[in-house]
Amino acid sequence: MEDKEIKNVMDEGFKPEVYFCDARPKVVTPVANKFVRKFYNWAQANSLWILAFGTGCGSIELPPLYKARYDVSRFGIFPRPTPRQAGVFIISGYLSVKTLKRVIRSYEQMQNPKFVLGLGSCTVNGGMYFDSYNTINRLDYYLPVDVYIAGCMPRPEALIAGFNELKKLIKEGRAEGANKYVENLDWYKANQKKIIKDWDLPEYNW
Amino acid sequence: MEDILNRLDQKFYVQARYVQRPNLAFVTLKKNVAVQAITYLRDVEGFRHLVMISAVDYIEQNMFQLTYILHNYQLHSDIAVRVELDRENPVMDSLHHLWAAAQVYQREIKEMFGIDFPGSPRVDEPMILEGWDNIPPMRKEFDTKKYSEETYFPREGRASCDPVKIMEKKLYRVEAEVKYEIKRVVRDNRNKSADAN
Repeated sequence: MEDKEIKNVMDEGFKPEVYFCDARPKVVTPVANKFVRKFYNWAQANSLWILAFGTGCGSIELPPLYKARYDVSRFGIFPRPTPRQAGVFIISGYLSVKTLKRVIRSYEQMQNPKFVLGLGSCTVNGGMYFDSYNTINRLDYYLPVDVYIAGCMPRPEALIAGFNELKKLIKEGRAEGANKYVENLDWYKANQKKIIKDWDLPEYNW
Repeated sequence: MEDILNRLDQKFYVQARYVQRPNLAFVTLKKNVAVQAITYLRDVEGFRHLVMISAVDYIEQNMFQLTYILHNYQLHSDIAVRVELDRENPVMDSLHHLWAAAQVYQREIKEMFGIDFPGSPRVDEPMILEGWDNIPPMRKEFDTKKYSEETYFPREGRASCDPVKIMEKKLYRVEAEVKYEIKRVVRDNRNKSADAN
């Protein structure tokens, strides 16, 4: 931003509508041609790029995944630093309300096709944090989850099995989490706003 | 350690003391002399390091207990100063002029227990919890399970795993229907005969 612009912000206050696009997201329909669609799905299934975002104790399971012993890059899985380049969001373990806000923001900035992997029992039903005042219980009320990996904590092998399951879904064309999110955007937003009390995000972060 | 406690007692009247180890002692002081005593311990006795400030909610005795743990590098010993606060009006004097690090603890205690430290920098701003609109969550009267059930859409518990029911549903549907039909007929007839009598 230029100095003049900063001065305007300081004088008039921050206006989200100036800096964020407030158009609603659209459903991305799969390609009509069967062979092209199959090729697309095959290509998507073999380049799953993970967003490097750790939310809980599961983020400790991710580094061994990239290293020599498990080496997921042989499956086309690779960590990326920004949401714009990533295609898979691993919710790794418990998710506090404060982190959920950042997760939503990062998830909505990711480009289609995008998938969500719920890692650990905390994302399924709250796990050992089921009665915490600050940790969500069910992830699928806030984000569309494609694959859950149960366990506390799942080992990297389980994570690889989850990736295989996700690949299977993508190849069958059933990993439609992003479209589900767009179709039920109002329901998801209502759930998110119910627990994030100081909602200061735009409706959809492009 | 005993000498230090005796000197502290002469100056500030130690209400209760408990020496757990030769290098760790707990003393309970009155609220109005606590900051003076901590200043004395820091400047005269050499307890230069503030290890931590913690709070405990004793709801049965209607009080909060603050614990300031101080460390002496020369003696390798710790003194924990305990202060008891009234639960109705929990206000304590701030320590941020002695150690700047204390303001972080004080902000956290303000947020989690609602104990006020007037004059401490940024003590009224939210620190860890964003947009919290309930009573402070670490207080004993806050029912965290109830709050979680009301707020976070809990998943319903495990379904019944009675093997008889599962086998009837999966493998023996017709047989189960016949069985329950016979049971129903027998029960109805029994009721009818009971009515006739």
